[in-house]
Parts: sequence; C-alpha cells; structure tokens
Amino acid sequence: MRNVLRAAFALLVWGWAGIAAAQGGGAGGGITTGDAALDPIFTAFVQGRGTERREALDTLAASGREDVRDLLEGILDGDLMLHEDSDTIVRVIKRGRRFETARLDGSEAFGTLGRRDVDRLKLDNRLRGHLRGLIAGLGLTSEVVGERLAAVDALLDDPTGIERQRLEELRGSETDPAVLRALDGVRARQLIASADPDERREGIDALAADLSPGSRRAIAAIAGSEGDEYAAETRELAGIAMGRQRALVQRYEIAETLFFGLSLGSVLVLAAIGLAITFGVMGVINMAHGELIMLGAYTAWAMQQLLPQSITAALLLSIPVAFLVTALVGIAIERSVIRFLYGRPLETLLATFGISLILQQLVRTAVSPRNVPVANPPFMQGTLEINAVLSLTMNRLWILGFCLVVFTLLLVLLKRSRFGLEVRAVSQNRQMARAMGVRSARIDSLTFGLGAGVAGLAGVALSQITNVGPNLGQAYIVDSFMVVVFGGVGNLWGTLIGGMTLGIANKIMEPWAGAILAKILVLVFLILFIQRRPRGLFPQRGRAAS
Amino acid sequence: MNASVTAGMVAPQLAGRRATLIFCTTLIIVTLGVAIGATLPAAHPMHVGTFTVTLLGKYLSYAILALSVDLVWGYLGILSLGHAAFFALGGYAMGMYLMRQIGARGVYGNPDLPDFMVFLDWTELPWYWWGFDDFRFTALMILLVPGLLAYVFGALAFRSRVNGVYLSIITQAMTYALLLAFYRNEMGFGGNNGLTDFRELLGFDLRSDATRIGLFVASAVALLLSYLLCVAILRSRLGRVAVAIRDAEDRTRFIGYPVDRVKVTIFTASAMIAGLAGALYVPQVGIINPGEFAPLNSIEAVVWVAIGGRGTLYGAVIGAIGVNVAKSWFTGAYPEAWLFALGLLFVIVTLLLPKGIVGGLSGLRGLRRKPRSRPS
Repeated sequence: MRNVLRAAFALLVWGWAGIAAAQGGGAGGGITTGDAALDPIFTAFVQGRGTERREALDTLAASGREDVRDLLEGILDGDLMLHEDSDTIVRVIKRGRRFETARLDGSEAFGTLGRRDVDRLKLDNRLRGHLRGLIAGLGLTSEVVGERLAAVDALLDDPTGIERQRLEELRGSETDPAVLRALDGVRARQLIASADPDERREGIDALAADLSPGSRRAIAAIAGSEGDEYAAETRELAGIAMGRQRALVQRYEIAETLFFGLSLGSVLVLAAIGLAITFGVMGVINMAHGELIMLGAYTAWAMQQLLPQSITAALLLSIPVAFLVTALVGIAIERSVIRFLYGRPLETLLATFGISLILQQLVRTAVSPRNVPVANPPFMQGTLEINAVLSLTMNRLWILGFCLVVFTLLLVLLKRSRFGLEVRAVSQNRQMARAMGVRSARIDSLTFGLGAGVAGLAGVALSQITNVGPNLGQAYIVDSFMVVVFGGVGNLWGTLIGGMTLGIANKIMEPWAGAILAKILVLVFLILFIQRRPRGLFPQRGRAAS
Repeated sequence: MNASVTAGMVAPQLAGRRATLIFCTTLIIVTLGVAIGATLPAAHPMHVGTFTVTLLGKYLSYAILALSVDLVWGYLGILSLGHAAFFALGGYAMGMYLMRQIGARGVYGNPDLPDFMVFLDWTELPWYWWGFDDFRFTALMILLVPGLLAYVFGALAFRSRVNGVYLSIITQAMTYALLLAFYRNEMGFGGNNGLTDFRELLGFDLRSDATRIGLFVASAVALLLSYLLCVAILRSRLGRVAVAIRDAEDRTRFIGYPVDRVKVTIFTASAMIAGLAGALYVPQVGIINPGEFAPLNSIEAVVWVAIGGRGTLYGAVIGAIGVNVAKSWFTGAYPEAWLFALGLLFVIVTLLLPKGIVGGLSGLRGLRRKPRSRPS
C-alpha cells in the first residue's frame, strides 16, 4: 500500500516537475539522483528559477521521506553537490582540496574528484532562510521530544517562521509539557507583534506568566526598546510585566536559597542527631561519631557491591543494615572503652578520638585509601522543576524527607516508648533511676548503640550526595558538634532547629561571601553565640543541667 | 573532695626543685652531646647526621608546644583543642619574616613582593605584612599574635563561664575557622601552599649544617627557658591559684579569687609559648601551610601530654618526644600501622594510665589522682 502511494506520489511530482521544466524552457535532460522520486525535485531546484526552486524544496520537505532532513541539511550545508558531466546529485566529503563522492543511497559514485568537477547547489539568502525554516518545521513533527523542543526553541528567536494556523494545530496535538510551554512562548511572541491591541496585551500577559530566562529577556527587550517597533502601550505593559516578573523571580530565588539551606540543614541534623543523643543524653563526647557516619556510607557501598543489579533495592536495604552495623560497632565501643570513662568527659573525648583514628585506618587498609563510588538509584536522580526559576534536586529532596522521618521516629522512640522513658530517666538522674529499677548500664549501651545507629543512617544519606572515602567523617564532626552545642545539649528539637538554622544561614551568606567565608562566619558566630548562651538555644533545665 | 585537695598539693611538688634540676641538666647534656656529635667528622662513630639534628630540633619544638598544652590542661584544667592554632600563628609570623628575607631571589625576582603575591597579580604588600622585614618586630609578633588571640578568646569565653567540653569544642571551632581562612588565597598568606622556599634566617643560610645545628640548639634553649618560665608561673601565687581552679573552680571563685583573670593570664602565656614553638618549627621543616591548623594537630599535642603525663612539665616533654620518635619510626617502618598504634595509644593511656607514663610511675608511690568531675 505504502509503495503504491509512494509511486503515485512520485508520478505526480514527476509530472508536475516535467511541466515546470517545460515551462522554464529547460533544454536537455533533467537531473539524476539515483532515486526516481527525487529526480524531478532536484531538476526543478537546480534548473528552475525563483519560486520554482522554493516550491521544489517545499515538495521535498513535504515528501515524508525518512532522509528528508538529511537531504535538506545537505543542500543547506553544501554536502550535496552537482556532478557537472553527468548532471548527477552526489553527496561529497571534503578530503583536503578534493571531494570524495557517493550516491545518495551511500554507494560508490565517481570516486574522488577535483574542485572543477563538482558544483555547489546555488543558494541565496532567502532560500537559505527558507531551508532553515523547513528544517525547523520538520523537527516540529518529529517523534522525539528533544527534537521537537529544539525546533520550537529555534522558533522562539524568530516567531515569524511559522504560521498562526500551523502553530495552533501543533499546540492542539502536543502532549509534552515542556514543548507545549515553548509553543506557548512562540504564540505569545507572535501575539505581541500583532496589530490588535487586545492580542498584544494577551501576548504580554502570556509572556509575563512564564519566568524562563528567554521570556524575561524578551519582556525586558520590549520594555527597553526605542523607536516605533512596538506600540507605546505595549512597551508600558511590558515594563509593568517586567517589574512583576522581577518580584516573582526574587521570591522564587529566596525559596531556592531556603531549600538549599534546608537541604544543608537536613544533612547537618542527620549527622548531628546521633551525637545529640550520646552527647546530650549521656554526657559522652564521641569523637568517633564521624567515623560511624563513614561506616554507614561504606555499608551503602557494600550493599551495592552485593546487589549490583538493583541499586534501588541495595539502597533501601542498606538503611536497616547500616543502622545495625553501626549500632553494633557503637555498642562494642561503649562496652569496651566508654563504660570505664563515665564522668570523665575529656578523657572520653581522647579515647574516642583514638577509636576514630583506628576506624579510619581500618577502612583505608581493608577497603581502599581512595574514595569508593556509590551510585544514585533512579528515583533520586534528576530534578523536580517547579518552574523555570525554581527546580529542586531529587536526591536533596529525599534526604530532607529522610531526615524528618528519622527525627520523628527518634522523637517518638524517646518520648513514647518504655526505652525512651528509661533513657530520659537515666539522663536526668542516674541514681534515682537506678533506685527505681532501671538497669542504667544496659540503658547506656543501648543509648550509645542508638546514637551510633543514627550515625549509620546519616552515612547512607550522605553516600548519595558526597564522595565516600575514609575522611568522610572528619568533614562532619566539627559541624555536628557545633549543631549540638548551638541547639542545646540534650534536646532533639534544639538539634533540629539548630541544624536547619545553621544550614540556612550558611546558604544565605554564600552568594555574597563565598562558600568558605560563609562557613568561617558561621563558626565565628557560633563561638560568639556560645559566649552569650553557654548552654545553647534550648538549655537543659533542672537537676540534670548542673 | 579529699582526693582533689591532695592532688592540689601534689602538682607543685612535681614541678619541684629536684625535678627541675634533673630535667635541665639532662636537657643541657643531651643538647651539648648532639651539638658536639654533629660537628664531628662523618666517619666518627659518635657522629650525628644533619638530618637527625633537624629531626631532634623538630621534636624539641613539639616539646615546647606540649609544655604549653600541659600548662593549661594539666594545671588549669582547660582542655584546649586549638593550641595548634597558636603554634601555627607563631609559625606563620616566622614564615612571613623568612619570606621577606628571600628578597629578589624568588622565581619572579620581584624585590617587593613574595612569589605567591606576584602569581596572584597583587601589586603591593598588604599592610599586615609591613614590618616583617625586621627580625625584632617578627619576634614580637611571634609572641603577640597568638597571645592576643588567646587573650580575646579567653577573655570572652572565661567571662561567660564557658568551660569543660564546651570550651574544648569552641577552641576546636576556632582552629577550624582559621584553617578555612588560611586556605583562602585572598588572605595573603599563600593559600593552600602556605609559605616556603625559605633561604636565610638572620643572614644564615638555612640549608647549611651550621645553621641547622644552631636552630637545634636554639630550640633546646627555648625549651629550657619555657620550662623555667612554666616552673616560675607554677611556683608563684598565680600558679597555685590555677591549680586550685583546676581542682575546684567554684570554691576558688567563692573564696574570692579572680578566677577569670587567672585563667586568661595563664591561657595567654600558654598561647605565647605555643607561638614560640611554631616559630622554631618553621625554619627547621622549611614550610608552613594551613594544614598546621588542622584540628587533628591540636588533638595530637593533647595526646603527647596525656601519654607523657599531664600535670607534670617533664611528663609533657617526654610524651611529645616519645610519641614523635615512635611516629617517625612507624611511618618509616610500617606506614599503615601508625594510625592504629596512635589510636590504640589514645585508648590505652586514657583507660589504664590516666596520668600518663610519669603518673603511672608516681602511682607506685600512691599519689594517683582521682577523677575530679562528678558523674552526671
């Protein structure tokens, strides 16, 4: 069926081209291409004049052939040439000063020829522009979203390249939201150029509603234009729209900073919250906390090595596994070292620092001193685009959510469970808790294990956004301590608010101070803050505080 | 509280006359021995190579740092995790002087600017580099810059009654902030690379053997003077109040002693000693870079003191030299095992020898100190 159609079409074109050739009074034979369907088109294009040539190109573009884009681009770029002796269209590849020729179907043609044997297909600027429009038009109906988008984007610069009617058709049939948005942009630009003031207003409104850099530039260009290219009213409208856009963009940029801050804050909270438990509830300084985070991240890596075919499953599994692994390591540390050092916080600090060195070196020796790769599962890749200004990266969004979930679970555990009750009892008054029958030594072990396990969870989260290496923990230990001390020891809410505040403060300062200076300023602020409130934002009250 | 009172009486005794005499004599004999050994011909069995001399000089500068840490930790009860900052600041002051001594002999041959500034297209010397052409000014800065930082930091922190673990953490934050700051090229201290390619100190070629021996002897003299200074402080009324603060801060305050002022004074003196150590360290190793501010360095210094025995001055010196000799040996023989060994040392010393090697020996005489803090 298709062949029949194609043959009929070819006949039709041939017939028409024949008439055209006759009208042009062309003497001699037509152009050959090796493809009967193409011969009349190229004959008309090479031998015809003025509109004939343009119509020949239109015919080619409308032919529906698979290689039509290739041919049009070949004509435009000069890859297709005319072999003078045989009047044959050949595809050439330039080899130095000579041309290697091939037939359009790719088979061997005349070998390698000199410059005099082949002619470029003549084009003037108008034809070139027309060709470009045709090529862009081809992209508009492409099956591939990316090609359609590129074609429409090209139209944004020159909205006159497409007729209103055709544009409306495309808008009706388009399904991809990004392409549709771009089509709307083209339509808005066409409306602005319209003679009807209502349409112009509609165009400005449509353009103002879109915050993409292109639209903003276009609006700004109209508002700032001089002369009579645009009506005075249009310029005025554009000026108002520009102000509105600026305000909106500013608002979204603040939202973006806030998101980055919350994202950094969630990382800080995750890293610090385990410390808040061990430091706050037990008064133990665990300098190996950073290394427990690192172990969690390495667990995520190890799970991916074990389940290389399913990264998503590996990551989800590594959450409980990392918790268990680091919790067990934590309990082992508590049982073997920290238990002997209760009441001597400075000594605990030194001993756990020793442990952190051992754990670091253990990873260096057992795995590798270099970073290990941890892959992102598909659901954590990409971005969530709210609009052209604000887009949120998926992995940071997930980690923010993960942080809040972990925080809530910990809060529930400590406030609502029997274990939490005992933990709080021991932290508030060890003697009294023991007198009431709480086994304080066991609670100590479990609390430390819990803090360590949460560090492991933080490690899994961090493995998704930073490099996993033996030094991962060191990078977070100072920050974690700062968060705990800032928020107030022994207070989970303090840690959450402290971490988020520091994260946001960091990101607010970053644009004008730079990343490192922002960090320094935050540290200096913290040092000064502790002078004012030595017990943090939310100090512990009552007997335990003394 | 009985135990604390005993400990308060013990400390000055350990810094007593006999210990001081033994320490000073040993230091002088060893220094003279090494210096003479270094001047002997290379074939002589008692010859000490220049490499060893420089290494020993480096250990001596570490020993001075350990003294300064011990002064605040062992006698005032403040665990500073930021003493490397004072050390590095003293080192940078010395490094700036040495940079100015290079003059026009740098790679770019600019007589007015150090190489890294030429590289960064700076046109004139920043104001804080003024005066470092002069050694007397530099010597003053080596003491003043760390001293001033310690004074301001201490005055703020002690007045607000920040103590214990909180103080340790903010001192760590201080050195961490300085680390980040000195990494910045805009700071004008050579950024990541720091200051290096030194040539001369007071006109002596830093690469010559004689200068290296001289630096070693200078380090020994500085250690001796620092030691005597510490002894003098501890014997004075100031030192006795410091020990009282260590053992019972609130009680000392309530009796009416100006606790904050004593703390600031000793903290500042300690920082100046640390700065001196850094200034001696830099010409011997030939480089100073922001890595010296790393929190790990401060903690290592604390560990030397812990291992040697805090609360005894010679214990700190023994710890610093002992740990660094072990470090040099390990990193040569088993580079992988050094961090294991250091980590284990931390754990074992804190668990089994809370007063370090020296304290362990005195423990035989039943002078072991009980922990001060109450269980929470």
